[in-house]
Amino acid sequence: MIGRAALGLAAAVLAAFLLAPERFAPLLRPLAANGAPPIYTQTSLLGLTLWHLALVAAAVAASTVVAVGLGILVTRPGWRDVLPLARTVTSVGQTFPPVAVLALAVPLMGFGSGPTLLALFLYGLLPIFENTLAGLTGLPPAVTEAARGMGMTPAQRLVQVELPLALPVILAGVRLSAVIALSTATIGSTVAARTLGEVIIAGLLSSNTAFVVQGGVVVGTLALLIHAGFVWLERRLAPGGPSDRR
Amino acid sequence: MAAAAPARARVTLSRPGVLFAAIGLAGLALPLVQFRANRIVAGEGASLPGALGGWGWIAAAALAAALLVGVPARTPARLRLALALGGVLVTVAALGASAGALTPPGDRIARVSPSAGFWLLGLAFALAVADALARIGLAFRQRWALLAGAVAVVALVLGSGLLDDVSVMREYQARRDVFAREAGRHLLLAFGSLGAALAVGLPLGIAIHQVPRLRAGVLGGLNIVQTIPSLALFGIMIPLFGWVAATVPGAAAAGVAGIGAFPALVALFLYSLLPVVSNMVVGLSAVPHGARDAAVGLGMTRAQVLAQVMIPLTLPVVLAAVRIVLVQNIGLAVIAGLIGGGGFGSFVFQGLNQTAMDLVLLGTLPTIALALVSGIALDLLVAQLDGRRGRGT
Repeated sequence: MIGRAALGLAAAVLAAFLLAPERFAPLLRPLAANGAPPIYTQTSLLGLTLWHLALVAAAVAASTVVAVGLGILVTRPGWRDVLPLARTVTSVGQTFPPVAVLALAVPLMGFGSGPTLLALFLYGLLPIFENTLAGLTGLPPAVTEAARGMGMTPAQRLVQVELPLALPVILAGVRLSAVIALSTATIGSTVAARTLGEVIIAGLLSSNTAFVVQGGVVVGTLALLIHAGFVWLERRLAPGGPSDRR
Repeated sequence: MAAAAPARARVTLSRPGVLFAAIGLAGLALPLVQFRANRIVAGEGASLPGALGGWGWIAAAALAAALLVGVPARTPARLRLALALGGVLVTVAALGASAGALTPPGDRIARVSPSAGFWLLGLAFALAVADALARIGLAFRQRWALLAGAVAVVALVLGSGLLDDVSVMREYQARRDVFAREAGRHLLLAFGSLGAALAVGLPLGIAIHQVPRLRAGVLGGLNIVQTIPSLALFGIMIPLFGWVAATVPGAAAAGVAGIGAFPALVALFLYSLLPVVSNMVVGLSAVPHGARDAAVGLGMTRAQVLAQVMIPLTLPVVLAAVRIVLVQNIGLAVIAGLIGGGGFGSFVFQGLNQTAMDLVLLGTLPTIALALVSGIALDLLVAQLDGRRGRGT
């Protein structure tokens, strides 16, 4: 989609901005009206970025564990009766607006990162679960037959054959969830989660467009980079991809 | 491990049934409602029997029985559905009755709000309804009837006054007019942006299909828009359109403004474009060559082939995009409340600021209901079109 050079440049500019944001002040000053500060300084941008990434990573990791586990479970013989339920739960999880989940979770979990984690977790389940199902059920029958013929136990077949083959498809699901979570996490700052949304909200409250733009651009660039990273990983892990040709 | 479950259990127990029963019974053990003498003080929980006495015991026993009947695997799916629907109704009725019983007569300050027990019971029965429906596999006509029936019952329950003593409804009664206005605004935001995205996105998709050179640029640009977090996009629209309204002659008169619903509408429109455009392109390129060749063989011009053969064939794919966009916009429109764009989000953020959860519920519950009904209706429509096509060819 975007050339490697452009991605490298984006990464370099992002790193430079996070390490020394004040250098970029002249660039953002035209957006800050009435002599307002052009760079958000209440909290370190680098620190907020790391918090943001940690929150997204934790939520996506939880979604991945649950959704892949559920995907494995409902494709085992004898557990098919759970499939319709798992489908319903994951798809309703994504129909629930994340802001609504966030707001409803506040009385249970209080202000802070908890509600955001829950909202991102629920929202991220569907893509990973659907892709795990597609990956595990779409295996060529010849492969699973061969594994059975070799005398592998069901557990061995799962770990050594089915999961490795389904991995690129599962990763594509994780990528979708991660990219969505990255931008959705900003909303968490409306209930006091530490994310880059803090910068954007500060901009909204003080009508300082410079804050809004820097928060938005940092999150957007992170999303592009993470998207590209996952695509690279998927290609490497694809059957017949570079990692196979050792 | 899962696979090691004893064979006997596999024969006799329904795993989903066990799960629903566990959730529901936990709900019965927890307080159904929370009573507060006014909006601010800490509340105390009341269980079903605690709030309703003898009738509460009967209702609790009936709910427990309905949950336990679902546990054996042999229970027929239609019975499960009936019990689950009944369970939802009894749970809601119990909420309304408890609120009425706990509120002293004439007291307008006391608040009775749904508590953990209510939510868990609701969750258990709602999941049971969904699970039973998936097992029965109703025909499309029956599924539509069920959806319409569910909406009608919700309207009936809300209109009957059954829930009038529940805190959310108290908040609603205090701001009936505002609620109607914000509901209208929310619908305008969600459907207006969808309409605009269809009006612009479908022709754009057709153009990209005809001129493939445009593809990378347009789709790449729209992809980048998707990575901008919604809060920021909403925030950028405010000064942008404020400036446009102030400098471009006639813009303000045409409705362009940096405040109110306009910036939110444009932000939602921008998010909606990618699914619409890319699905149109995918739909057009998936039209079988045979169909196109046959149309050309009939002597159709290129424009006729496009308008009469190809575009109608993209309908299911375009509807799938409409489903994605509509559900997404109903949720994202909540954020408009943060920037003064109105909609249900204004209750949500007002409530969060005042830590008044009843007000938050007044904003979130209609949003969730709207998203669910839209999602289910469009899923049905897409499935119906796919099914019809499958039979036709």
